[in-house]
Amino acid sequence: MRILKWLLLLMVAVLLWGLIYWNLAAFGRWFTYSLLNLRQDGHLSSAVEFFVFETPKVLMLLVLIVFGIGIIRSFFTPEKTRKILSGKSETVGNILASLLGVVTPFCSCSAVPLFVGFVTAGVPIGVTFSFLISAPMINEIALVMLFGMFGWKVAGLYMGVGLLIAIVAGWILGRLHMEKHIEPWVFQAKMGEAVQEDAMNWEDRIRYGLNAVRDIVSKVWIYVILGIAVGAGIHGYVPQDFMASFMGKRAWWSVPAAVLLGVPIYSNAAGIIPVVKALLEKGAALGTVLAFMMAVIGLSLPEAIILRNILKPKLIFTFFGIVAAGIIIIGYLFNIVL
Amino acid sequence: MKKIQILGTGCPKCKKLAENAEIAAKEIGIEYELEKITKINDIMKFGVMITPTLAVDGKVKIAGKVPSVEQLKEILK
Repeated sequence: MRILKWLLLLMVAVLLWGLIYWNLAAFGRWFTYSLLNLRQDGHLSSAVEFFVFETPKVLMLLVLIVFGIGIIRSFFTPEKTRKILSGKSETVGNILASLLGVVTPFCSCSAVPLFVGFVTAGVPIGVTFSFLISAPMINEIALVMLFGMFGWKVAGLYMGVGLLIAIVAGWILGRLHMEKHIEPWVFQAKMGEAVQEDAMNWEDRIRYGLNAVRDIVSKVWIYVILGIAVGAGIHGYVPQDFMASFMGKRAWWSVPAAVLLGVPIYSNAAGIIPVVKALLEKGAALGTVLAFMMAVIGLSLPEAIILRNILKPKLIFTFFGIVAAGIIIIGYLFNIVL
Repeated sequence: MKKIQILGTGCPKCKKLAENAEIAAKEIGIEYELEKITKINDIMKFGVMITPTLAVDGKVKIAGKVPSVEQLKEILK
C-alpha cells in the first residue's frame, strides 16, 4: 500500500509541475512588462524577460529530468557494467561501453577506481576509454536540456555524435596499444570480490531519484543561474548576427578555437546550455557551438589531473588529442551539412 | 567495538559520509573506531569502484552515495 501512496504523491507533483511550467512564459512577460513596466523591445527588457523566463524553466526541467534519470540509474551500477563488459571483444565492447556510459552513474571523482576496476576485470583498455569518454560527455542533463531548449533533433544529434566519438576514439586508443603508458601498479592491483547489492524495491528507487535531485540541484543551481545571466546579457545586448562573423560558418578557424577555449573552461551542462542558446540566436553556427559544448563538458582539466594518477602524460595527451580531434571533425561536418 | 571504514580519495562527499557516520554512531551509542581508507589500491580490495563507500568491519554496506544519518543508524545497529 505504501507504493500507492508514493505513486499518488508523484502524480500530484507532476501535475503541479506541469501547471507551473506551462505558465512560465506568461509569467515572464507579466513580470517584465507589467510589474517592472519596462519598455517593449528594449535591451534591458529582453534581457530581463530571458532571465525571468529561463531560470525557473531550466531549474524545473532539471528537477524533473534528474529524478527520471535517477530512477533509470538505480537499475545500473558500475559493478554490473563491469561484468557486462569483461570478456567482450573490442569492437562490440566499444559500442556497449559507450552506451553503458550514458546510463551508469558516474562522477569524474570515481574515474580512477573505475579505470582500475575495469582493467583488472580484463576489460580492454580501448573499451574502458570508450566508457570514460561517453560517461561525462553524454550527460543526461545536457541531453534533456538540449531537448527542452532546441527540440529532439539537436538533442538526438548530440547523443549520436557523442556516442560516435566515444566508440571511435576508444577503438583507436585500443589500436595504439598504449599499455606501457599506464602506471604499472594498475595491472597489479587486486580487486576484491564485488559486493552483492541488495535488490531495490520501487520505494528505494524513488528515494534514489529524490536523492539524486537533492544532490545534483544543490550542486548545479548556481551554474544554472550564472549561465542564464550570461545568456540573458547576450540575448539582450549583443546585436543580431554579431556572432556570425567569428562563430559563423564562414569563419573556418572557429571550430578549433571553440574546442581550445572549451577545454580549460569547466562548467556543467546545465550552466553552459543557456549560453549556447543565446549564441545560436545571434548567428553562431550549430557545429561550432556543439563543438564548444562538447569540449566544455567532455574534456576537463580536473579530469586530466585525476587521471594522472594512473596514466602517464603521453597517454593523457593522446586521449585528449583524439577526443578533441573527433569533436573538431564533427563540428566541421555539422557546419558543412546544416 | 565496530570498525567504521570510509573509502574515498578525499572528495567532499567522502568527508560528508565520515561526518554522518560519526553522528549516527554517537547517537546510537555504540563503541566504534573510524578508519579512512584513501589509497586507491586499498579501496579496490573492497571490490568497489565508486566512492565514497562505507564498510563496517571490512564489509561493504553502501557504495557511491552519502546516506542520511537515519539510514546510517540502521546500518550501524
